[in-house]
Amino acid sequence: MENVLDIKHLSMHFGGLKAVDQVSLTVKRREIVALIGPNGAGKTTLFNCITGIYEPTLGDIFISPPGGGQKRINGKKVNEITERGLARTFQNIRLFQNMSVLENVMIGRHCRAKAGILGAILKDKKTREEEQDIIERSYAILKKLGLDAYVNELAKNLPYGAQRRLEIARAMATDPFLLLLDEPAAGMNPQETRELDALIVRLREEENISILLIEHDMKLVMSLSDRISVMDYGQMIAEGEPAEIRQNSKVIKAYLGEDFHA
Amino acid sequence: MKHITALKNSLLISFWFMFLTFPIMVIRVNTIENVVEWRWMNMLYVGFGSFVLSFVWRYLISRKEAGVKQAAAADTPSKRLTERLLTDSAFYRPVQIMAAVFFLAFPLIFSTYQINIMTTALMYVMLGLGLNIVVGLAGLLDLGYVAFYAVGAYSYALLNHHFGLGFWAILPVGAILGALFGILLGFPVLRLRGDYLAIVTLGFGEIIRLILENWNEFSFGPSGIANIDRPGFFNIDLSLEQVTVYLYYLVIGLCLFTMVVVNRLKDSRIGRAWVALREDEIACQAMGIDKTKTKLTAFALGATWAGMAGVVFAAKTTFVNPASFTFMESAMFLSIVVLGGMGSITGVIIGAMILILTPEYLRAFSSYRMLLFGAVMVLMMVFRPQGIIAGVRRMYHFPVKQSEKGIGGS
Ligand SMILES: Nc1ncnc2c1ncn2[C@@H]1O[C@H](COP(=O)(O)OP(=O)(O)O)[C@@H](O)[C@H]1O
Ligand SMILES: [Mg+2]
Repeated sequence: MENVLDIKHLSMHFGGLKAVDQVSLTVKRREIVALIGPNGAGKTTLFNCITGIYEPTLGDIFISPPGGGQKRINGKKVNEITERGLARTFQNIRLFQNMSVLENVMIGRHCRAKAGILGAILKDKKTREEEQDIIERSYAILKKLGLDAYVNELAKNLPYGAQRRLEIARAMATDPFLLLLDEPAAGMNPQETRELDALIVRLREEENISILLIEHDMKLVMSLSDRISVMDYGQMIAEGEPAEIRQNSKVIKAYLGEDFHA
Repeated sequence: MKHITALKNSLLISFWFMFLTFPIMVIRVNTIENVVEWRWMNMLYVGFGSFVLSFVWRYLISRKEAGVKQAAAADTPSKRLTERLLTDSAFYRPVQIMAAVFFLAFPLIFSTYQINIMTTALMYVMLGLGLNIVVGLAGLLDLGYVAFYAVGAYSYALLNHHFGLGFWAILPVGAILGALFGILLGFPVLRLRGDYLAIVTLGFGEIIRLILENWNEFSFGPSGIANIDRPGFFNIDLSLEQVTVYLYYLVIGLCLFTMVVVNRLKDSRIGRAWVALREDEIACQAMGIDKTKTKLTAFALGATWAGMAGVVFAAKTTFVNPASFTFMESAMFLSIVVLGGMGSITGVIIGAMILILTPEYLRAFSSYRMLLFGAVMVLMMVFRPQGIIAGVRRMYHFPVKQSEKGIGGS
C-alpha cells in the first residue's frame, strides 16, 4: 500500500543533543500508527520536524497527498505544510483561548478559503457565501465531535477533555489526509479516553484519513493502532504490530519501571 | 484579623515614607539666618497621607481578589452585565440613536470652540480604531503609530505646498502612503514580539520624526509647513465658522467609515486570523495561516487610518511641524485603546472621548494632567485590565436548541 508519510533517516540536533537520530517511519493510507516511548525520547520533536516548526538537521520527509505525486517537505513553512494536508494537535493544549469554540474551528478553514481584505470590507455575495460555508462546515465538525453545545463559549472556559477534542476538531477543519495527534488522551479520565478511542476510529472510517499519534496510554495504543513505532533517546528502537511490540525485549527494557501492562 | 494585618502594613508604609521624605520635607536649612527649620507638620501630612492611600489600596485589592474568586466559583451575573448590555439590542439601539442625534446636532448647539474640540476627539477615535487593529486584534504592541499620522499629515502638506493638490485628492494618497509605511515597518519586525517589538516600533516613530526635523530641503525642518489649504467644498468660499462645521461633519463621516470597515474586518476571515495570531502564533501557523501575510496586513490596515487622520489633521490646523508627532502622541493613542478596551470598537470610542475631552474641560487641573493620567492608567491595569468595555467575540446562531446550554450558562 502507498505511504502517505515517508520519513527517511531524519535527524534533529539541538547543539550537541541528538533529539531525533536517524529515524525512519512510514504511515500508509488509512492506517493508524502509534509513536510511543519514554518522556524526552524525541517524539514531539519528530512531530515538530514533520509539521515544519523545526527544520530537520538531516534526512528527508516525503508526503503523498491523495491527489498524487510524492513531495519532499523539509524546511517548508508550517502553514504550507498544513495547506498540503497535514494537521496536528499539541501536547500542551494550544487553543485560541479568547476566541469562541466555533471560531477556533473556523480558523482551521482559513487555508481553504480565499476572501481577502476587499471582500471583507465590501461583503460581496461571494464572500458572504464563503463565510456561510465556513460557518456551516465548522458547525458540522463540532457536531461530529460532540462539541456543538459549546459553540459560542470561549475556548478557555471548556472542560479539559472538551479542549482536547476541540484541538482535534480544529485540526480536522483543515481537511487533512494525515492527522498528527500529540498525546490526545493526556489528562483524560477513563471514560473520556474510551470515547476518544471510538472517535479516532470513526474519524479514520468516515473521513478516510491516516493518523499518527503519540500516546502513553498503552490500552488505547494497543486497541487502536495498526502499527506501533517505539522511540528512545532519539532513536527508533522497535517497529511492528501491537502483538510484536508487546513481546519486544528492547521495548520492555526502555519502559522498565514504567507501567507497561496492556 | 485581615484588617489588623492591613492596618499594620499601612502603618509600616507610612513610617517608611516619613523616613524617606524626612530630609526633604522636614529639614530646611535657612541660609540667610543660619538656622535649621524643623517642619514637623509636613511629616504628619506625609505619614497620614501615605497611611490612608495604602489602606485604601489594600482594601481595593482585597475586594478585587474576592470578586475574582466569586466570579470563578459561580458565574456572577454582574460580571456579564456590560457584555449583556452591549449585545442586547433593546438596550443599545436607543443609546445608538441618542448618540447619533447628539453627534449630528452638535454643531447646531455648541460654539465653534466646542466643535473644534469635538472634531479633535473624533480624529482620535479614528486613530484609536486604526491602532486597535494592530494592538487590540493582532496583539502587536506598536509604540510608533504616530509615524503614520505624520506620514499622512506631511503627504498633504507637501503635495499641497508644491503642487497645490486638494484635500480630497490627497485623502486616499495619505491612506495608501500610510499603508505602505505600515508594511515598511512590518518587514523588519516580523520576527519580533512583545517588548522587542514595542522598542523597535518606538524607534521607528522617532526616526520618522527626526527625519522630518532634520531634512530641511524635504520637510522644511522644525519650522514646518504653514498655509495648508483647508478642505474645499465645491469651490465655494467658506467662512472660518462654516469650515469648522464642514470639517466636523467630514470627520464624523470618516469616523463612521472607519467603524464600518473595522467592524467588518473584525469578524472576517482576515480579522479572525489576526486574533488567532494574537492568541497563539505557533498554533495559528499550524492551522495554515501565513504569519507574514497576516502581520503585514495588520500593520498596513492599521496605518491606513493614521494616514487618513494625518491628512485631516493637516487640513484642520493648516500647519504641520515635527513637534506635533512626538512619542507622547503614540502613548496617547495606545492609552485610548487600552483604557477603552482592546479589540472593542465601542470601548475605543469611549476611551478617546474620555482622554481627549476631559483635559479640555478640566483646564483647572492642567498642571496635574499627566499625574492623573498615570494614576488612571495604573488603576485600570490593576482593576480592569480588559479596559472599560472588553472586546466581545461574535455570537453565531444555529437552529439548535439553545436550552442545551454549555458550561457557564451564557
Ligand atoms: N527547542 C529545543 N531546544 C533544545 N532542546 C530541545 C528542544 N525541543 C526539545 N528538546 C529536547 O529534545 C528532547 C526530546 O524532547 P521531546 O521531543 O519533547 O520528547 P517527548 O518524546 O517527551 O515528546 C528532550 O531532551 C528535550 O529537552
Ligand atoms: Mg512530547
